[in-house]
Amino acid sequence: MSRTRTPVVAGWFAGEGEDFRLLGTRCSACSSVFFPREDTFCRNPGCPGGELAEVPLSRRGRVWSYTDSRYRPPSPYVTDPELSWQPYALIAVELESERIVVLGQAVPGVTVADLTVGMEVEVVPGVLNEDAETTWTTWHWRPTGVTA
Amino acid sequence: MTGDVAVLGAGMHPWGKWGRGFVEYGVVAARAALADAGVDWRDIGSIVGADTVRGGYPGYVAGATFAKALGWQGARVSSVYAACASGAQALHTARAQILSGLADVVLVVGADAAPKGFFRPAGGDRQDDPDWLRFRVLGATNPTYFGLYARRRMALYGDTPEDFAQVKVKNAALGALNPLARYRKRVTAEEVAGSAIVSDPLRLLDICATSDGGAAVVLSSMEFARRHGAADPVRIRAVSTVTPRYPNTLLDLPDIATDSAVAQEPAAETFRASIARAAYEEAGIGPEDLSLAEVYDLSTALELQWYEDLGLCGEGEAAKLLREGATTLGGRIPVNVSGGLASFGEAVPAQAIAQVCELTWQLRGSAGDRQVAGARVGITANQGLFGHGSSVVAVR
Repeated sequence: MSRTRTPVVAGWFAGEGEDFRLLGTRCSACSSVFFPREDTFCRNPGCPGGELAEVPLSRRGRVWSYTDSRYRPPSPYVTDPELSWQPYALIAVELESERIVVLGQAVPGVTVADLTVGMEVEVVPGVLNEDAETTWTTWHWRPTGVTA
Repeated sequence: MTGDVAVLGAGMHPWGKWGRGFVEYGVVAARAALADAGVDWRDIGSIVGADTVRGGYPGYVAGATFAKALGWQGARVSSVYAACASGAQALHTARAQILSGLADVVLVVGADAAPKGFFRPAGGDRQDDPDWLRFRVLGATNPTYFGLYARRRMALYGDTPEDFAQVKVKNAALGALNPLARYRKRVTAEEVAGSAIVSDPLRLLDICATSDGGAAVVLSSMEFARRHGAADPVRIRAVSTVTPRYPNTLLDLPDIATDSAVAQEPAAETFRASIARAAYEEAGIGPEDLSLAEVYDLSTALELQWYEDLGLCGEGEAAKLLREGATTLGGRIPVNVSGGLASFGEAVPAQAIAQVCELTWQLRGSAGDRQVAGARVGITANQGLFGHGSSVVAVR
């Protein structure tokens, strides 16, 4: 039985391959960008309030900082307790044109030893976890020097 | 309106992992604070509880829970929640009642019974809750954020893991002098370096534990204190509970992203620095006036960050200040002489109150082996999830 591919959160990212992007929203009045998306009200206190329209975020950014999880995180993070814990790296990425820092997991196989602050990374589609019916998809950050 | 309120009494239940409920810890702390103040519980006009989210319904109405456990006596009641700043907001509520004339003498209590291991979000499938989302989508525990901040300091300022370890060495040595601390053993830099990495670059001994504990203070008007015979009490002169300003460009718990600064230039001052500045302004003092500081060392690296945010040194100079010995007992500005979270572990709603208990004992000159000589002015600083933070200035 094939699993359905479903984003872990609806509306936060879309596209395949090179076209994969994080999706935020932009205020039509003040041009503030929001990720995670704001769909009801602009949060800029100096803004009279505009329409919030979906906008793809820059594909590439620079590492603001990074770390990892050497211990299994608690629920609702989904892990298989039968398997030994495999640490993953977390990267906070600064997107220059949006002037925002967005956190994400690194692609599997990239560890903190592969990362430096200021390094260029790009957003790529990834898999968070799978259950019987569903492959839960997410975004990953990948150093642009890595092609794997 | 601002002005002084008196700290008539302070009391704590020792921090640890005791396996009992938060109500017991809170009541022990409350009774200790009342005894210290020499005030009968039945004469307390108002009780303010700092809530815990880990105790079910009684935790959400902590003020009433403690009032009932102490014996209903008709006092006005409030219960507040503000993540790690809950205790400070409870103090703020009590102070506001006193300064406005709504109450003469107020009991403030916070207590928690913490889980083993990581804090985790409330249950259910809650895609509108950033705290739930960061765990579900990223597995981003609190220590991962601490790791991000620590790595950023290393990249920006050249801090090293050895600098971070020295914070633990300092705080463990001070905590060893504090009978209320959970960890009372000195720690060496080698022991920190030999402990397991939790979230790179931070190791187990860089990160504060989660603890059980309770803390309470009795606050009163200066007039009540005089009538009560406390001629020269420790006084709270400022309680800062400011929120961030948009755009907040530092990644704060539990957020997955910062605000965007594309439409609005961010303030020159970070949120944490603004918390301290508001307290300084309210108290009419500056960092040069401080005798000591109690700061929220959720990690060793965060203690260094607070040195800069409190203005104890310039940006990027915290590790230097630490290496000079300025922030240990006997230094120019001792920080976390209680032992800090490094020695206590975090009992969330009690922690900001415990910081004020330490200031109270220090300013009274009754802190025993860890006494800061001639302490006259103390500050606390704290930050928590969802845009909360606090800073309290106490003087004698």
